[in-house]
Amino acid sequence: MSTLKARKRQQLALLLGPVTLFLGIFLLLPLAIMVVYSFLMPGLYGGVEWTYYPHNYGRILGFADPEFEVFDPVYLSIFARSVKIALITVALTLLVCYPAAFQIAALPDRWKNFALFLITLPFFASLIVRLFIWVLILRPTGFINETLGALGLIDRPLDLLYTEGAVILGMVYIYIPFMFLPLYASVEKLDWTLIRASQDLGAGAFDTFRRIILPLTLPGIAGGCIIVFIPALGNFIVPAVLGGAKSMMLGNLIEQQFLAARNWPFGSALAMLVMAVVLVLLFIAIRQERADQPGSGHA
Amino acid sequence: MDHSSVRLDGARKSFASPEGTLVTALAGIDLGVKPSEFLTLLGPSGCGKTTLLHAISGFVELDAGRIFIDGEDMTHRPPNKRPVNTVFQSYALFPHMSVGDNVGYALDIARVARPERNARVGAALEMVGLGGLEKRLPRQLSGGQQQRVALARAIVARPKLLLLDEPLSALDRKLRQAMQIELKTLQHELGIAFVFVTHDQEEALTMSDRIAVLNGGEIQQLASPGEVYNRPANGFVASFIGASNLFTGSGSGSGAETIVRTSAGLTVHARMALPSSGPVTALIRPEQFALAPDSGTHGLSELPVSIDQVVFMGMVFEIHGRTDDGQKVVATLPASQQSRIAEAEGRRRAVLTYDPASVHLFPAVSEAA
Ligand SMILES: Nc1ncnc2c1ncn2[C@@H]1O[C@H](COP(=O)(O)OP(=O)(O)OP(=O)(O)O)[C@@H](O)[C@H]1O
Ligand SMILES: [Mg+2]
Repeated sequence: MSTLKARKRQQLALLLGPVTLFLGIFLLLPLAIMVVYSFLMPGLYGGVEWTYYPHNYGRILGFADPEFEVFDPVYLSIFARSVKIALITVALTLLVCYPAAFQIAALPDRWKNFALFLITLPFFASLIVRLFIWVLILRPTGFINETLGALGLIDRPLDLLYTEGAVILGMVYIYIPFMFLPLYASVEKLDWTLIRASQDLGAGAFDTFRRIILPLTLPGIAGGCIIVFIPALGNFIVPAVLGGAKSMMLGNLIEQQFLAARNWPFGSALAMLVMAVVLVLLFIAIRQERADQPGSGHA
Repeated sequence: MDHSSVRLDGARKSFASPEGTLVTALAGIDLGVKPSEFLTLLGPSGCGKTTLLHAISGFVELDAGRIFIDGEDMTHRPPNKRPVNTVFQSYALFPHMSVGDNVGYALDIARVARPERNARVGAALEMVGLGGLEKRLPRQLSGGQQQRVALARAIVARPKLLLLDEPLSALDRKLRQAMQIELKTLQHELGIAFVFVTHDQEEALTMSDRIAVLNGGEIQQLASPGEVYNRPANGFVASFIGASNLFTGSGSGSGAETIVRTSAGLTVHARMALPSSGPVTALIRPEQFALAPDSGTHGLSELPVSIDQVVFMGMVFEIHGRTDDGQKVVATLPASQQSRIAEAEGRRRAVLTYDPASVHLFPAVSEAA
């Protein structure tokens, strides 16, 4: 028996070993380095000085100098804007995808698969290309302005590109499949006889939605929201391509600190902040899911 | 205007099948369900039982015809506005709600005050023998218990009519038999009409006040279980319910004495007037046969058969044989005649007797033969 157990353990080690090693070297180690760096003093010309320096975090919170004299909320406002844009993206993608999930789930199988294919189609094209298409559409000489101009509705091109609106548009555009798939999975699973049962027991459309459909698709809604919110919060490509200087987000700031400003400690501290938010969210989500799990409540 | 709890007038419904053809699920159904009656819809798969039930509950919009519940025209009422409740085949319990919330659902929708609601939920659960399980979740119950919750949920709002779509088909045999009796009792206590769907003829015979036998979207016969069993209206009903020996041929005779002569020359005697001109079918149930005594007269009609097989069934022996012209015959004989049956089996021949008065005649339809 014990040899069997040992063999099993050996096999497990063999199977999991490479992954563990890979993740250890290329994920955990760099992460550890970042944690350490976030507490070090930035060097004058890039690099770090090996002295303990907690003020990178202070700087994020608005206290730019070690003496806590000047309060400058510029980074807080970038953080707030990032959260705002990510939340708006979550809300809009949810608004678009939730009804669509029901529509598509109700299609005959053949059309269902085709619709799913269409929704995942953007994954096959490069993200940058897809975003630049929006530049072509939104820019002053782009499709929208040309059309409106030709129709005589405007005499000067509208400022569509390099606005917060453009960023949100791009984010929604990118994250629609991310929101759709978990939503669809839970909608598709929905047992339609439950809806019949609800009607049979006297519930109208609103009650049936509120008491049956919504609670039963809630896991999909929560999943979709998290899966969109997390990358949206740290996204830097969309604001870089479609946003102006005024719509800088956390992702751009981090990128800037690491590359342009060569302030690795501050960049690391910012990255830690984003990661902390994400981890807290995931933690809440998992706790929630546990609470909803079968049997845990009463068994 | 009438005293039916539910009345359907010329209810028709067809569905477009995926192949593009029209499938007739209800081919003009006229049906009246009496108040506090246990009516069973019985028929093979696809005959339209569920469609008929859904027409009553409102999930299926009729192509033609009308539906009245308690004399009120319900034809265009949505399901949530009809005073009927359904027990679904899959139970359809809300998985995210406790048993109490499931049962209380209709009352919560109707905004019944909390104390009354709780009392009624408790009473409904008590009625189905699940008192005190309010806090459980559906998945923490056995199949039989889930079934009862579905039942409690459907009766808590005091519907005028309860619809049950094969509610017992997922239960094992023992539990099913127990539930059959419980359902019957429950129906008596509630005093409302039950419309019960099954494709199990035994279940239909045990439970029903009346049975509507359906086939191809049409009611073949609507009558009491005894009537349906002993005096089936046609070949479909005769062969769908119980085992039957059918002999089709031309009938002749005078008054109440009829002789049916099959094309192969076999004759069957019946003490019943010819139901119609044209070909006729005689039905002899297996249990109406007896073994002819070895000696003496018996005054009964005889049917000599060769024996293919004898099967012991516990209380009875089932004898599978065939007549001289090759038609298969099934007879069930009491186990007390074991020695004589063994003897006949040894000879591989037996003479079966039957009372012409127990033979039932109905018009033969060529397709039913
Ligand atoms: N929504 C639908 N779309 C297309 N055809 C349907 C639909 N519902 C029922 N039918 C068809 O109508 C006929 C009657 O169906 P119904 O469900 O009433 O049968 P049933 O007697 O309940 O059968 P079962 O015993 O298998 O439940 C069948 O031929 C079925 O294929
Ligand atoms: Mg059915």
